[in-house]
Amino acid sequence: MSDALPIEVTAPTPLLELRGISKEFPGVKALDDVSFAVYPGEVHMLLGENGAGKSSLMKVLCGAYRADAGEFYYNGAPVAISSTADAQKLGIAVIFQEFSLVPHLDIAQNIFLGREPKGRIPGTIDRRRILADARRVLDTIGFDIDPATTVDKLGVAQQQMVEIAKAISQNARILVMDEPTAALSDRETELLFALIGRLKADGVSIVYISHRMAEVFALGDRITVLRDGRRIDGVRPADVTPDQLVRMMVGRNVDMTYPRHFADKPGEVLLEVKGLSASTGISDINIEVRRGEIVGLCGLVGSGRSEVARAIFGADPVTSGEIIFDGKSMSGEPDLAARRGIALIPESRKSEGLALLRSVSDNLVVSALKKLFPSGLFDQRSAQRAADGLIRQLRIATPSARQTVGLLSGGNQQKVVIGKWLAAGSKLFIFDEPTRGIDIGAKSEIFALIDRLVADGAAALMISSEQVEICHVCDRAYVMREGRIAGHLTRNELTEENIVRLGMHHA
Amino acid sequence: MTDITKGAIAPPRSFLSQDAVQLFYRLLAAFLICAVLAVLSDSFLTLGNILNVLRQASLTFFIASGLTLVVLTAGLDLSVGANVALSACIAGTVIHTTGSPALGILTGLACGGLVGLINGVMVTALRIPSFIATYGMLWVLNGLTYWYMAGETLHGFPAGFRQIGSGYLFGLPIPVYLLLVFLGIGTFFAQRTVWGQEIYAIGANPVAARLSGIPVARRLLLVYAVSGTMAGLASIIFLSRLNSAEADIGESLTLPAIAAVLIGGTSLFGGVGTVFGTFIGALILTLVLNGMNLLSVSANWQPLVTGIIVILAVWLDMKTRRRAQ
Repeated sequence: MSDALPIEVTAPTPLLELRGISKEFPGVKALDDVSFAVYPGEVHMLLGENGAGKSSLMKVLCGAYRADAGEFYYNGAPVAISSTADAQKLGIAVIFQEFSLVPHLDIAQNIFLGREPKGRIPGTIDRRRILADARRVLDTIGFDIDPATTVDKLGVAQQQMVEIAKAISQNARILVMDEPTAALSDRETELLFALIGRLKADGVSIVYISHRMAEVFALGDRITVLRDGRRIDGVRPADVTPDQLVRMMVGRNVDMTYPRHFADKPGEVLLEVKGLSASTGISDINIEVRRGEIVGLCGLVGSGRSEVARAIFGADPVTSGEIIFDGKSMSGEPDLAARRGIALIPESRKSEGLALLRSVSDNLVVSALKKLFPSGLFDQRSAQRAADGLIRQLRIATPSARQTVGLLSGGNQQKVVIGKWLAAGSKLFIFDEPTRGIDIGAKSEIFALIDRLVADGAAALMISSEQVEICHVCDRAYVMREGRIAGHLTRNELTEENIVRLGMHHA
Repeated sequence: MTDITKGAIAPPRSFLSQDAVQLFYRLLAAFLICAVLAVLSDSFLTLGNILNVLRQASLTFFIASGLTLVVLTAGLDLSVGANVALSACIAGTVIHTTGSPALGILTGLACGGLVGLINGVMVTALRIPSFIATYGMLWVLNGLTYWYMAGETLHGFPAGFRQIGSGYLFGLPIPVYLLLVFLGIGTFFAQRTVWGQEIYAIGANPVAARLSGIPVARRLLLVYAVSGTMAGLASIIFLSRLNSAEADIGESLTLPAIAAVLIGGTSLFGGVGTVFGTFIGALILTLVLNGMNLLSVSANWQPLVTGIIVILAVWLDMKTRRRAQ
């Protein structure tokens, strides 16, 4: 049991301690004898691949799941967390990736939802007090905004601040954050980190789930690594290297440098975008992609990167400009773009890339139906044969081609989305955040795959918020700012500093 | 938990697909109802009664089969009954004025198909939710039919034409042959054609379908046009069987057709279901109503029983599906 106890004691007693937590679901042990301690005012990083048990542990912490076995101690005294109400009483608040805000209510109403100060007339809300209270809470976290603003007018980062304000207003002592920077720009991330520093100083403990190595080291006071539902180790950032952490997470050696074979000379021009504008807020976009190239499209979230991808693919109407693909001008719906050989791997694979309830096979052949069955007659068996081939080629981990695609892990789902375009024989692959929510092992597989694709004469346009990835993988990159191309970086100029410099607002 | 173990925890998928399992239970239910009725009523297992059930079921099925495709795309066509009425009245007029049943049949099918196409345009080009577009269409068609007929009844059609709805061939009613033909066509179209597969994909996730390169708008137009054409076909059978046409013949058709689709296991959320299931749904619905008639249960109870069966069938489907996830 020595392994189960906290490795180092920074304070006499942890604020919250979990001992020997197990949680089983039919057929799978989500948590297996996991111990975990949070000390006052620390940032505790929780690391692990997808499916390692991070979410389950988080749900046990906040009372959404009841542990099958294990004990909880609060300030050294045994307590029970068997409901979300229990967790709330102990001051545990969770900020999920999907926010739980009501879009058409204002900030103040969202912060005090269900706890509104009552007005003089029964059934009414004391409007003046709720705004004043909200103002006070927002001030404590240093968020300067009118509390009467409705939430649907806020960006992702601002909504996150409202969630934090809500947690603070409930006297949260332990704040659990699930990949809080996943959808934030660099500047917003800096603001969040500053806020986390202030909360720490106030004695609030943060449990922080992350896939990003840089922030683990920048922010963490202590790191707990989970794998296959078990606690692998607890370490301090100063005592480990990123490589060691990765080994703990995956249980094997993974090459952290992304494989890329740069071509000496790019091929002919495959895609040429001239002065493209769309009603979605992009204007005068000029882009060129050659065969054999991976071209990055960077910039802050909201700078118009996805909109460019969608406009090229025909998913959003174009107001002016020209798209020339493979030597021919093109304008039309996505079915035309797909037929001509363009593939879009959208940012949100669950809502835009896959039919989650259908089988792996159905999803893999959906873009290739015309190619596989030119007569128009469909045959389930040959569809499954084609799917089996792709499953082998892409090493998709699935028991069979008939498996429901929604049951696969994120990395394997992403491979299915890419696979459907391989089946279709696409020539240009537009990736929108291809590694979002994917664990490190699957990430390098995806990049190896993209590398093979372009080596075989295809081309890729890759949107990513992970500048490290862009710098490692791309031949060159365009940087966007406020709906326009702010600059172009060649292979030699492609550094994180240059991307940030070009992408920043100069307000 | 690695990817491989994650897949392995899913329930083992036997060689039978989810659809096949659900169809099996439906067939079982239909057999059970038959067995119970055979015990309770002497007249159930007579040839005349069974042929009667099949003919009744075929009328519901024609409308419901086209509707199934619409529901597979997560849409709904509430105008099918009203479409039957208008198509029947127009086809009847054409037969009366030209004396040509063939021309009448073509007009009926074309009228039904055109109405369906307009539904499709409203859903795709105007982006009106199908529920609302076809609900509006229901009123428009009713209005047109009442105005056109002005309280009149068309009556008396050529004997040859009447054979379609009430004639027999080798001892089986002709609508039963038509039922088998369209059951075959519908099943083939949905399961064995690229267009059918695309329709399932659209229903399962319309956004992903569009971004996968499926021409969603064109397929939806097709689906609504097919639904309308099948209503046109039903109008011909009705016209021929009743030997008359009135403005109000469509009013009691839409809801039973939707019931057949739902009892047949097609999900209103789209992407799940089969045309064969809808046939079983129509059969179960007809069997229950037939049994109630034979057992002299008041007709007043029929809507209540239909409602309970629909709720029960959908509830059981959702339960098995949730377990499969």
